[in-house]
Order: sequence, then C-alpha cells, then structure tokens
Amino acid sequence: MANFYTDTPQFRHYLQHPLMKRIVELKERNYADRETYDYAPIDFEDAMDSYDRVLEVVGEICGDIIDPNAEEVDHNGPTVADGRVTYAPNTQENLDVLNRAELMGMRFSRKYGGLNFPMVPYMISADIVSRADASFQNIWMLQDCGETIYEFGDETQRNNYIPRVVKGETMSMDLTEPDAGSDLQAVMLKATYNEQENQWYLNGVKRFITNGDAEIHLVLARSEEGTKDARGLSMFVYDKRSGGVNVRRIENKMGIKGAPTCELVFKNAKAELVGSRRMGLIKYVMSLMNGARLGIMAQSVGISEAATREAYNYAVERRQFGKAIIAFPAVYEMLANMRAKTDASRSVLYETCRFVDMYKTLEDVGRERKLTPEEKDEMKYYSRLADAFTPLGKGMSSEYANQNAYDAIQIHGGSGYMKDYKCERLYRDARITNIYEGTTQLQVVAAIRHVTTGTYLQRIGEYAAMPLTPELEPLKNVLVKMTEMYEKLVDVVTAPKDEEYLDFHARRLVESAGHIIAGYLLLHDANKNQELFRRSAEVYVHYGRNEVVKNYNFVTQSRIDDLAYYKPDLTEQ
Amino acid sequence: MAFNIIVLAKQVPDTRNVGKDAMKADGTVNRAALPAIFNPEDLNAMEQALDIKERFPGSRITVLTMGPGRAADILREGLFRGTDDGVLLTDRAFAGADTLATSYALSMAVRKIGAYDLIVAGRQAIDGDTAQVGPQVAEKLGIPQITYAENVEEINKEKIRVKRRLDNGVEVVECPLPALITVNGSARSCRPRNAKLLQRYKHAKTVTERQVQNLDYIDIYSIHPYLNLTEWSVADVEADPVQCGLSGSPTKVKKIENVVFQAKESKRLTDNDADIDELMRELIENHTIG
Repeated sequence: MANFYTDTPQFRHYLQHPLMKRIVELKERNYADRETYDYAPIDFEDAMDSYDRVLEVVGEICGDIIDPNAEEVDHNGPTVADGRVTYAPNTQENLDVLNRAELMGMRFSRKYGGLNFPMVPYMISADIVSRADASFQNIWMLQDCGETIYEFGDETQRNNYIPRVVKGETMSMDLTEPDAGSDLQAVMLKATYNEQENQWYLNGVKRFITNGDAEIHLVLARSEEGTKDARGLSMFVYDKRSGGVNVRRIENKMGIKGAPTCELVFKNAKAELVGSRRMGLIKYVMSLMNGARLGIMAQSVGISEAATREAYNYAVERRQFGKAIIAFPAVYEMLANMRAKTDASRSVLYETCRFVDMYKTLEDVGRERKLTPEEKDEMKYYSRLADAFTPLGKGMSSEYANQNAYDAIQIHGGSGYMKDYKCERLYRDARITNIYEGTTQLQVVAAIRHVTTGTYLQRIGEYAAMPLTPELEPLKNVLVKMTEMYEKLVDVVTAPKDEEYLDFHARRLVESAGHIIAGYLLLHDANKNQELFRRSAEVYVHYGRNEVVKNYNFVTQSRIDDLAYYKPDLTEQ
Repeated sequence: MAFNIIVLAKQVPDTRNVGKDAMKADGTVNRAALPAIFNPEDLNAMEQALDIKERFPGSRITVLTMGPGRAADILREGLFRGTDDGVLLTDRAFAGADTLATSYALSMAVRKIGAYDLIVAGRQAIDGDTAQVGPQVAEKLGIPQITYAENVEEINKEKIRVKRRLDNGVEVVECPLPALITVNGSARSCRPRNAKLLQRYKHAKTVTERQVQNLDYIDIYSIHPYLNLTEWSVADVEADPVQCGLSGSPTKVKKIENVVFQAKESKRLTDNDADIDELMRELIENHTIG
C-alpha cells in the first residue's frame, strides 16, 4: 500500500511551478483536443489535475508492484536463448501492469494513442519508477526513442511505429560498437542500399545495447561507403518483425541487472532510413542523447531518493551505545547531505525539464504553423538553457547518486556490505549512471562552453534577481559570494587562452557553476515551501560553498606549468 | 459470448490504518477520521469481473453500491479500472441498515438493473466483517451462491466453475447461472487504474454531487452522457421503506466495548507493595479479575 508519488511531496511542488501554465497551454494547443478525445483536458486546471491523478497511479504501481519485484528482478535477470531475450518474470509483470494501465506512451500525442504529457510529469514518473527499480526504468524510458521517430521520421514511420510503442512494444537505441563507445564517429555497422529492391540492409555488430531484443530499434550505421567520420553515418529503424538481428550474448553486469545489455549481430537486416542520410550522428543522435541524458538524470535522482530513504530508515532503527545511530552527528550530517544532494539534483532535473518542455513544444508548434518572432526568441532562449543544463544536471545527479548510494552503505555499516539489504543493489545500480549516455567527463566537455560563453552566469543572474523572503537573504548572500568566486575562477582559467589548461580545470568550473545553480534553485524552492526545502537549501549551500572554495583554492594556486606533473610521458611508450 | 455482471461494492473506513482518533469517546467508529476506501475484497471481486470482460468482449459490468453521497467514489473507481456503469443506492431511509436491510435494498436494486448473468461481491467488508450480505442477496434473489471464491476458472452461458479457498485447502465447484459469488482476499489483486479511463471518467458525477458542488465544467454532462452517474432512492427501486434502514434491521447493538492497548508488550514491576497494589487496582478496574 505504498505510493511513491504521494509519499514524496516534492513532486507536487515541482509539478506546480508557475511556468507549467505556459508549457501546458503550448502542449495542449489551447486545449483543442477536447473536441476529439474524451480524455483530453478542458483547461489548465483540468490538465494539471490529470497529471496529478495519473502520477498517483504511477506511484501506486511503483510502490505496490515494481518496488517489491525489484529484488527478484536483480537476482534472476533476463536470459538469452536462440538469439532471443526473455525478461525476468517480474520485469515482464511490471511491463504488463504499466501497459494495461496505458502508461507506456505518456509523452506521445493523442493521435498516436498517447497521453500527450509534458516532460515534467513524464520525468516525475521516470524518477518514481527508478526509485522502485532502476533497471526497469531503463526499459520503460526507451519509449523515448519514439520521440526521435516523431521528430525526424516521416508520417508513415510515425504512424507505423509510435502507436506500437504506446501499446507497449519496447525500443532500443543501437549506437555503441566494440570500437565505438564515447567516440561514436567510429561506428562501422554497415548500411547498404539495394536500388532494385529500394531497400536498406544492415550488417555488423553492436555491443552494450540496453534492451537489445526490443521490438523496434533505432540503429546508427555507416551508410556512406569509404567514409570514416560522423558525416558518413545515418539513422535507421529496424523492426524485429522483419528479422535479421540476433542477440549473441547478454552481458553479466554489476548492476541494473534487470535490463538486458546485448551484443547484437545484424545479418542482412532490413531497415528504413530515418530522416536524411549523413545526419545520423550529427543531428539525430545528439537529440536522442539529450533526451536519454534527461532520463538518466531522473534515474539518478530516483536512486538517490531510494538510497536516502534506506539510510534514514536504517539509522532510525539501528541502535548502538544505547541510542539510535541517527542521533550521532557523524551520521545525521551524512543523512542531511544525502537529502540535500537528492533535493538539489531533483530541483535541477525539473528545471531542465521545463526548459526542454518549452523549446521542444515550441519546436513542435512550429511544425504546424509559423512561429512569431517572440516565440522564436523564446524557443532559442530555452533551447540554449536546456543545452546548458542537461550535461550539468546529468553529471551532477549521477555523481550524487553514487555518493548517496555509497553513504547509504556506510550508514548501514557491516550489514550494508551484505547482500541482505537494498542499499547494496542501489550501490551497484548507481554505478552506471555516471558512465552511460556520456561519462561525467564527457558531460563536462559538453557543459564547459556554457561556462566560457556565460550561459550559466546569465541564468545565475536571473535567479539572483528573483524576489525572496527576507529570512532567506543571508543564504542568498552566500550564493552571491560563491558567484563572485566562480567569476574569478572563470577569468583565471580562461585568461591564458590555453585549451589544455581549460580542459584540465573544466571539471572544477562546471561543478562550481552546478553548486551555485542548484543552491539558487533550492533557495527558491524554500522560498515557496520552507517546510519542505529550507533544510536542504541550507545544507546544500553550505556544502556547495565548501566545494567552490576548494575549487577556487586549487585553481588559483595552480600554474599552467603544473600540468607537466600530471601529464603522462607518452614518448617512452 | 458476453456476460452482464453486477459487482456489489462498499465504501468502508480504512480500518487498516487506524490512528489515534479512530474511535469516538462513545466507542463508535469515527468515520470522519478514517479515510474512506474501496473495501479491499470488493476490489478482488471486481478484478474477477474485469477479467471475464477481458476474456469475453462485449460483456458489461455494473457496479452497485449503497451508501451516502460520497460513496459515488466507488463507482468512479470502477470506471477508472474498466467497468461500464455504476449505480449509487442512496437515501436517508437506507441509513442504519444491518446486513438484512442492506441485502434487501441491494436485491431490490439488482432487480431494477434487470438482466444479469453473474453477481460478484467481496467476501466481507473490513468494517463489519460479517460476510453475510453477499449470501443474503443471493437468497433474496433465489440464485445459487459460491462463497470464498479465489478464481473463476470457467464461465459459459449455462454455468460457472469456481475455485474456492478454504481453511484446509482448495475446492473447485460448479453452479448454473445466474449466480452470485463472493471473492476472497487471496484472489489476485485488482488491476491499477487506467490512465486514459481515469482522465475520461474523472468528472463523472451523480446528480446530487453536481448540485452540491459548484462545477466548472457543466457543459460536459450534456456532451458526454456517460459522465452522469445513476443514483437511486428507496422509491426508485420500489423497496418497502419499512424493510430498509434502521426499521428493517433486527440487529440491535447491545454494547460496544472500546479496547485500547495502552501498555506496550510487557510491563516491568518491582516487588514493593505499592507496585503490587497498583497492579491489583488496574486488573480490577479493567475487569480482568473481580
């Protein structure tokens, strides 16, 4: 009888953000669907009420079914035989329940059978699902690949595939190959066009493909013979019904064991081109990845939430030296930091979701009619922010998920090291979040230009200008000081105009920006709801200040020449 | 092959989450302090009906509930999960009913609904725990009944085969239709609400609810007739008012005892006289001895 939505009041707080009014209006095209669909909202309040009610269902399913199933899913995992994958029985049950509740295509518009939900309530679902079972969130979130078909495919492809996704057919994105991981330009899987048949064929191998035996695959393949870089890659959709792809093996992973990670062999597999040739990596994968990164942010936040709760519950129950261990400062400090990091990453997640909602929805409106110049500016503004916040948030939330899972085990002491407690699974599940969909190091690479071009600083300025209750002014003053340090940091690192020096310190710059941004977001959360966020805001800003000061000291006391001590001597090899 | 199924369901106080204010000083249930929920075993019963509907497309499920106005929630909960229709039996004259008066009222409503193949109900409600209403309705309608059902194994136009869960094992029995079955909590739990049905039916209201609440979306009730929930009074089901409610209830509550566990599992006493006297006084006061 647990409900993972209603037991976390933070969700309703984020759902009620003022920007939602504009988002929902755009998403619902002024509620035009009410004429055609009896489940479409009538107005803003009605839409918000629907999100809330549907999220309650998601929360109930996660609390009553997916979470209790998670342990067995972790133990049993999927199996492979004759090239086909079978999910763990409980994974299949999760899918069946969500499918029956028609929660498999939340984001897609009603004409394809979806619920037409904005990103915010959709990601709240992802957050909740992940708290229940991170490995299941992987399978469920891959419905996002349908978004790529929607954005770049033609109308026939949309009509062929999206309704199937809505009805519960799962998807995969087949990008990685043995020699193409972080560097996707090296993808070799071959796509050949048979002119007589007017048909594309795929041949080659993909590796580390999550949910690789999905019904519908998006495949990145080399369509231009003789090319070696990104410009020779195109995006294809492969339908399992046409055959030609077998699962050679599934990986034995450390965590997210419920999600099958497959090695795929493509043997003359028929496929359809999505969008234009040569745009596969340059445009489509980039868009796909941004969506996926948001999904991993939600997954990370869900794991953080689960870890924080596990640690808290244990610390309340576990007694040593005659009292509950939560009474000891060493323990409650850890717990407060865990809660603060969880809340911080969640606040960044939903801020990013709103940016994505704004620009994506405007972009979609632009498919139907010409946008006004004001709307175009609005779209550009939010698109840039989404672009800046996605890598920052993905890096931050996934690192925090790891730290929180680590601390959850620490609070459990010796018991946490045993397989008997949930925190052990969370620790293993968390470990992938800062690796896949771009490692934290690659998130820094994507985020650093928003440090140097000032996107973060500009947004920080906007936060600083927002009205605040006098009680919270002292906390804001800390953030103002942190911002001054950050500005100095940026100056110091960019002044020499040395690429490598910038790369070396990039992590420290991006992290500092992250601390300030998350601090401001929690500050404004607390401004609206002191009871819910004041503690996290205080604790997080104190934590963040310490981190920024550390970065500041490290950077300002370092010289370009120091790099030599870090750099390997490659000449000897 | 399609079936007309009636689900008997009750809104009950959530006695599983009893807080401090659950009982009033006079020992009666403080309904206001307990959240009103769908009686758990009625949900198990509804799942059996939904499953039959899924197996036999075209089947229709009507949820029937008796209670105050807010019991319309039960009808909506049904619609959110896939039932087709709902009837709220509500009237001041139904108030204070024991199981006899309740089963009389329900059976009259069933007669008014008309043609049915199967009635399903939960084994018992968590507030009264009598398990009498289902069997009594069957008796009043003169149809066979199967109690403690765990699963409908087979159903066709002539008969139904049901697995029963008993104390000492499992029993599979058959009976002709129409019939009434009461479903055990050990049956599989009810499916979650469906996201689209939830949005489709969330504004469904009884006439009384529409009058009481100041509704913003008044036009939708003429555009979508299915949003109007049926409400029946004593007169609507042509029931005899004397047999309804308090006057139709021979059950008289003689005494209600409010049992409150004040102490934790054990109590530590010393051997001094004051402590022993204290214990004696306590045991006499709560009538454990004397």
